[in-house]
Amino acid sequence: MKQEPIVIGFETSCDETGVGIVRGHTLLADALATSMAEHERFGGVVPEIASRAHLEAMVPTVHRALAEAGVQASDVDAVAVTSGPGLTGALLVGVAAAKAYALALDKPLYGVNHLAAHVAVDELQHGPLAEPSIAMLVSGGHSSLLLVPDLAQEVQSLGRTIDDAAGEAFDKVARVLGLPFPGGPPIDRAAREGDPTSIAFPRGLTGPRDPIYDFSFSGLKTAVARWVEARERAGEPVPVADVAASFQEAVADVLTAKAVRACKDHGVDHLVLGGGVAANSRLRALAEERCAAAGIVLRVPSPKLCTDNGAMVAALGSRLVAAGVAPSAPDLGADSSLPIETVSR
Amino acid sequence: MLVLALDTATPTLVAGIARWAPDGGIEVLAERAVPSGTKHAELLTPAVQGALADAGLSMNDVEAVVTGLGPGPFTGLRVGVVTAAAIADARGLPVVGVCSLDAVGSGARTVVTDARRKEVYWATYAADGSRTDGPAVVRPEELGLPGPFVGDPAFAERLGAEVVRADVTTEGLLRAATPQLADPSTAAPLVPLYLRRPDAVPPTSIKAVTR
Ligand SMILES: [Zn+2]
Repeated sequence: MKQEPIVIGFETSCDETGVGIVRGHTLLADALATSMAEHERFGGVVPEIASRAHLEAMVPTVHRALAEAGVQASDVDAVAVTSGPGLTGALLVGVAAAKAYALALDKPLYGVNHLAAHVAVDELQHGPLAEPSIAMLVSGGHSSLLLVPDLAQEVQSLGRTIDDAAGEAFDKVARVLGLPFPGGPPIDRAAREGDPTSIAFPRGLTGPRDPIYDFSFSGLKTAVARWVEARERAGEPVPVADVAASFQEAVADVLTAKAVRACKDHGVDHLVLGGGVAANSRLRALAEERCAAAGIVLRVPSPKLCTDNGAMVAALGSRLVAAGVAPSAPDLGADSSLPIETVSR
Repeated sequence: MLVLALDTATPTLVAGIARWAPDGGIEVLAERAVPSGTKHAELLTPAVQGALADAGLSMNDVEAVVTGLGPGPFTGLRVGVVTAAAIADARGLPVVGVCSLDAVGSGARTVVTDARRKEVYWATYAADGSRTDGPAVVRPEELGLPGPFVGDPAFAERLGAEVVRADVTTEGLLRAATPQLADPSTAAPLVPLYLRRPDAVPPTSIKAVTR
């Protein structure tokens, strides 16, 4: 029996240099290098620093992935790469590398959409995606609610953030609370000791006339900052755990309510979560609770696969190969604002 | 030895195939020089394919890779460097990086190329072609060198001197790479000649939002 094709995937849309290798739906390797520490003192990802780090890390990360997978470069059947959305300079390192490997190995190249790859990665853990599914992707770069009739060819945007990404709000609130960057994990930890009902932070875009599926986190972020400042001005101690728990509750509440609503409205009974914020323990717990109550099957990849990585790109590439989608043209480039409707290009 | 040469340090990307001999003999078999602006990533691999086709060769024939390491605008520069690194890695070939300015013109000269931000990248060379100063980045008005200048003529007025148009060439890249091609163990790691630190300004405090 012929084995399923081996696909190598490259991801460089932000600060993670990811190289993943899959065979069909089987994960063979997921090698990652990150420049996160170099961005820490800036409180956000500095594009030029990320791009330089991608170049340095690229070939060594490919070597680690090949070693982990136990395959040779010549065993690879197809190459996939994040072509957008993301930081242009960062994307271009991955795109150029992937094009060069594809050319040198004489294999087809697939330029793919980063967001669709976040959805595809779940197939490595939980098997073929139910279609249609609703997908909610939340990270430092994206907050999107998607309807996925066919992951290889057709993905529709239902809603997105109108201001900050959910992960950005975590970073900014962490800074206000004196917690380290990136803000997701320390807020998650601090919140465990706090009371999520102690402070009623606003739930953005949940009014009757607001867009049903769009998100807004800017008002929440400002509300947290104002609340903390008022305490500081009054010379009172800031209850970090309570603020973290109440903020996190506001985020998880809005996200899960909108995702479940999208499932119900579209008659879809499968929800997939992805993106770094999907690693948040409260978001996962509340999503489970609300999906169970609504009869929705919830699929969440493990935290390592939720954050940006090369395996997700390989997973989507594998899906495209299986679906017989045409490879990318030789003049593939990067598109920093690639729309989600473009799964591959 | 058949060598693939690449450079993306200037707005004209170069992909060439040449036969290189240990005595320094260089025979360029095919060269694509593509005015690519900021489209290096889109156009580089097609240019490589085109050059190979022009020479009647395939990737299987390539025995070494040479790439310009800049200086040049960073985003495009990285496209060439990572492409060279990846092709060499995929095929198990030696790869040599050279200063891109070394591959512009020949003989005694000062090379100037566009560094954006109203500055030029420059380097000076002796009659035997060896680099005597640079590469560095400066405002053309402050360069203070007599010339002759070759490179990007757009800077003639600000240099107050004629600049003879010259571009990176396959032959120039191989000439610059000759010592390292002769002994690949001396090839330095492929680190771009950035010459500038990253722009990295810490974001303003979030608290400013409410004050
Ligand atoms: Zn992402």
